[in-house]
Amino acid sequence: MSIPTTSTGVSSSNDGDQQEPFLVVDGLTVRFPTHDGLVQAVTDLSYSVRRGETLGIVGESGSGKSVSSMAVLGLHNPRQTRLNGSITVGGVEVVGASQHTLRSIRGNDVAMIFQDPLTALHPFYSIGSQIAEAYRVHHDVSKKQARERAIEMLARVGIPQPSRRVDDYPHQFSGGMRQRAMIAMALVNDPKLLIADEPTTALDVTVQAQILDLLQDLQREYNSAIVMITHDLGVIAEIADEVLVMYGGRAVEKGSTSEVLTHPEMPYTWGLLSSVPDVTADTTTRLLPIPGTPPSLLSPPPGCAFEPRCIHATAVPGDLCATTLPLLAPGRSAHHLKRCHLPDPDAIYEQFVIPEVAPEAGETR
Amino acid sequence: MLGYIVRRLVSAALVVVLTSMFLFLLFFKGPSDPARPLCDLNGKCTPEKLAILTEDLGLNDSVVHQYGIWAKGLVSDREIKFGATFTCEAPCLGISYRTRGEVRKELVEKLPATLSIAVGGATIYLVTGVLLGTIAARKRGTNMDRGLVAVSVFISAIPYYVVALLLWIFFSLQWKWFEDTSYHPLTEDPLAWAWALVLPWFAIGLTSSTAYARYSRGQMIEALGEDFVRTATAKGVSERAVVIRHALRAAIVPIITIFGLDFAFLLSGTVFTEQIFQIDGIGRWAIQSLRSPVDFPVVAATVLFAAIIVVVANLIVDILYSVIDPRVRLS
Repeated sequence: MSIPTTSTGVSSSNDGDQQEPFLVVDGLTVRFPTHDGLVQAVTDLSYSVRRGETLGIVGESGSGKSVSSMAVLGLHNPRQTRLNGSITVGGVEVVGASQHTLRSIRGNDVAMIFQDPLTALHPFYSIGSQIAEAYRVHHDVSKKQARERAIEMLARVGIPQPSRRVDDYPHQFSGGMRQRAMIAMALVNDPKLLIADEPTTALDVTVQAQILDLLQDLQREYNSAIVMITHDLGVIAEIADEVLVMYGGRAVEKGSTSEVLTHPEMPYTWGLLSSVPDVTADTTTRLLPIPGTPPSLLSPPPGCAFEPRCIHATAVPGDLCATTLPLLAPGRSAHHLKRCHLPDPDAIYEQFVIPEVAPEAGETR
Repeated sequence: MLGYIVRRLVSAALVVVLTSMFLFLLFFKGPSDPARPLCDLNGKCTPEKLAILTEDLGLNDSVVHQYGIWAKGLVSDREIKFGATFTCEAPCLGISYRTRGEVRKELVEKLPATLSIAVGGATIYLVTGVLLGTIAARKRGTNMDRGLVAVSVFISAIPYYVVALLLWIFFSLQWKWFEDTSYHPLTEDPLAWAWALVLPWFAIGLTSSTAYARYSRGQMIEALGEDFVRTATAKGVSERAVVIRHALRAAIVPIITIFGLDFAFLLSGTVFTEQIFQIDGIGRWAIQSLRSPVDFPVVAATVLFAAIIVVVANLIVDILYSVIDPRVRLS
């Protein structure tokens, strides 16, 4: 392809309203009333994504990353969910929107790819009919035309012999092929925003790389915004322009991917980095898991949610970490936000974390 | 597919044959003398009379020999000596000890009534049950859901024969809305046919739909939580289509299994229904045949009929499976 490799270059040069973020999440709070109490799944979350950009959201299970992105499509049962804050998609408010409005956005302006394509595709319908259904919901076309479109999309995502495979059922596809079909279904209406909820988690590594490449290609082609939800920092490094780290339902660090991955300023992000296995390390090297368990979302700690697991909390004077919730405030630069009381995180990072994460790098410094 | 069906039919035939063999063993090798109560039936039983009856019933021959005669009658005409001599055309199921009529002809006569009751009742309870279950699942946790479940539990706590009897007492005896509940052939007078069947259908529909409503509700709640249902919603599919095309399609598979067996059971004899509403069907016939003196040819015919219905229903359910779920390949 002759198109420039950086999508931001394309957008800023020839399309004025690209400057406006397509997705704006502002002060989003998602809570689920249960018999045990109110589950505070997401608290006061804000982020925005422009077309052509990719935002990576990282965090462990229960950090609120999937819950927040499902709210973008209004996929939570309104009777069992309390939503506050605002989500606008192309200027349209989603929180509290009518079913009619939500339906016109779902699969059309905003499409979603789910983690496990085997369970996310209906086992009783052929791949082609599921893609065609997604197309016909938003386009007044005949079944035949929709089928043609499905074949075209299957070809686009790299499925060989698409006119034959279109009638296959999900169980007749391999894992990677299923995820390609899922992507074809998501892109059938040329969405402006694609939310990918752990799209590569259920796939083996070689297929993961192919799927990520495919997503990047398609993003360049259609200039869509991508929200990539993952717990894999490798995926973030590969695909995201911006990264948002979530913990206990809140954003704890946010910034450009290169900045956050090279100069993380929040101990939880350090922990994530230390947990990544290094393929070049010798086999006696021990991985460093984050000690302890994720916080209870029923009764979150009054201070920093990460404080009970944070080995660096002692560097903060008094019991500030345990009593006061740190603000999401600028750190090294105005665009690098972190939610942490540590007065000088960079020094601690270089002194304690670098030797663990990348010993060689530490020695050469 | 065809090979599968042929193989299944062979094994089904085997089940039916074994069932009939077992029945013969039970009747002829059981602890009582089948000729005795028959002999007592008409006046005083003299030793001579008993000897003739024993000979006529073939009790002097071995069970194997008798089974052979009976089985052979299924494919060729049979001469039966029972007091007088009767000619029984193939397929011959014997002569009723009580009515002296050909059992096959009686079966064919009584089948339409039972078939009408079963098909009508089953359609009602399947449709209303699945519909109510789907609504309850969709409205899970609301007062409507709780109300449906409560009513369903209440109705299923009442035995079926009480429901049927109450319906009959009030609607037929007391208010005379559906006074005549005996069977009218559909081909002769469709209106009279339907009118007479309203109460039996309603009785079966009311009691069984509650079980289906609760079962469908459970299946639908599970299906609505499936990832592929979320995918359909995320595509922008309307809620009605999500519920029907995506969730119900998945939930219906286990419901069909239960329904297949239920329906087979219903068809092999709607005993209470026929007894209470005085309908001359297979269930009533089967019960009467079991009263002393046991009308063995009728018992054998009803058991054979029930066995065939059950194995065929199972086969149909399995074929339906493969039609609904493409992952199921019949082989």
